[in-house]
Amino acid sequence: MSRRPALSPAVAVPAVAAGAFLALPLAALVWRAPWAALWSDLTDPAARTALRLSLVCSLWATVLAVGLGLPLAWALARVPFPGRRLVRALVLVPLVLPPVVGGVALLLALGRRGVVGRYLDQWFSLRLPFTTAGAAVAEAFVAMPFLVLTAEAAFRSADRRYEDAARTLGAGGWTVFRRVTLPLTWPALAAGGLLAWARALGEFGATITFAGNAPGRTTTIPLQVFLLLESGRLGSALALSLVLLAVSVTVLAVLRDRWLGAL
Amino acid sequence: MPRRACAIVALTVCCALAAGACGSGNAATTTTAATATTTTTTTVADPVTGELVVLAASSLVEPFEELGRMFEAGHPDVKVTFSFAGSSDLARQIDAGAPADVFASADEKTMAAVVAAGQAAEPVVVARNRLAVIVEKGNPKGVRTLADLARSDVVLVLCAAEVPCGRLAAAAFRKAGVAAEPASLEANVKAVVSKVTLGEADAGIVYRSDVQAARDKVEGVDVVEGADAALQAVYPVALTTAAANRVAAKAWVDLVRSAGGLRALAAAGFLGP
Repeated sequence: MSRRPALSPAVAVPAVAAGAFLALPLAALVWRAPWAALWSDLTDPAARTALRLSLVCSLWATVLAVGLGLPLAWALARVPFPGRRLVRALVLVPLVLPPVVGGVALLLALGRRGVVGRYLDQWFSLRLPFTTAGAAVAEAFVAMPFLVLTAEAAFRSADRRYEDAARTLGAGGWTVFRRVTLPLTWPALAAGGLLAWARALGEFGATITFAGNAPGRTTTIPLQVFLLLESGRLGSALALSLVLLAVSVTVLAVLRDRWLGAL
Repeated sequence: MPRRACAIVALTVCCALAAGACGSGNAATTTTAATATTTTTTTVADPVTGELVVLAASSLVEPFEELGRMFEAGHPDVKVTFSFAGSSDLARQIDAGAPADVFASADEKTMAAVVAAGQAAEPVVVARNRLAVIVEKGNPKGVRTLADLARSDVVLVLCAAEVPCGRLAAAAFRKAGVAAEPASLEANVKAVVSKVTLGEADAGIVYRSDVQAARDKVEGVDVVEGADAALQAVYPVALTTAAANRVAAKAWVDLVRSAGGLRALAAAGFLGP
């Protein structure tokens, strides 16, 4: 106790202010939430549909992000190729791009008249806008960077000597990955997947722009919250927001305790 | 050590998570300040000075920006600041204490709620808007009536029932006895225009003024139902109770109701009050 560094007021005051600044809006949300009507708000058919759809879309988005993002992270971490720095920068773009812009970009690329989308439509009759698949694609676009960043860092910082040792013992590339790299890095990979899932669950701008708002198909929780606010149903909007808040807090708490250690 | 490095990256990512999420919130609101015309040669003191903040429904963007230029030309010491968004968004902003002198709503219901809350007074209707079907240039799907919108080969988008254009579209379909299945219920009328402009949707129901604003890329089909007065959008304008610049606000409402104001509204596709 006596060795704990003393906190000077010059640090303590802004630190407390910062903590309050971040926590206060969330506390207000919890405070003003209609607790008495919470159950009926959350079991209302439209809310149930949105909750189920959010779960489906965010899980598919996570599958997409992991399935495509892990190989990309591996390539960025381990394979020197021309333009690697550029690709690394591009991966970060969806993190800072306004999601609405991401949604428009997705329309221009994968929409019915999009650069690639027109061929998806002509050759496979595949249209992503206004479909659940489109909502998952929009969420994956925004969520994938979280997975790629975390996984790339993990692949880079994993001790290569273990892999080299396995290789000298005759293990092939896939065996080395499965038996050595994966066990070394899985906590970070799981953390990246969880972060990506949480981001996908809260995605709004790209989803409403690219996938539109179709109840039961693309109206996920964030879209439903937005529409409830539009129609002045603040209570129901707060109830659904609480679900998102609870999920975010749980995910981040789990990540800190399990995998981020005592920072 | 690697654990720590990765922990730091993960934490950075958490920060970015928050940064990314905030881009979505205020997308519907755009604040446009019309550039002030630089004629400062008035000798007679104009009582209309300072800043005028006008909160107006998104569909009023074109005529109001035009009127904003006229207003600033007539009153060189005034700077007009617009905030365009969905009427209900604006009502919520006023309720939350956003600075505003004038509120222009795209429906009487929203205005009535703001007046009932004591935040605006004595609204006057300044314009009406008819519904129109918006289609791609050349009308490739041959849409002529509301019934055509229910065809399975027509990808239809509408406004959500939560916003006025969605309520009116639903009423129009009910009246026509047509059961259409929209592919998407967009959050505001301009989002419907975008979906048709981008070619994602074949048709949508918007206001005639929206067709007029996007006439380079789309065309409008006047449906009979749109002429029905019960299916028209009504635009009431009122001074807010908390208006900081009542003189300029009154002058603005007078301008909108003047012959020049009516001309600007008519040129943008609106009907008179």
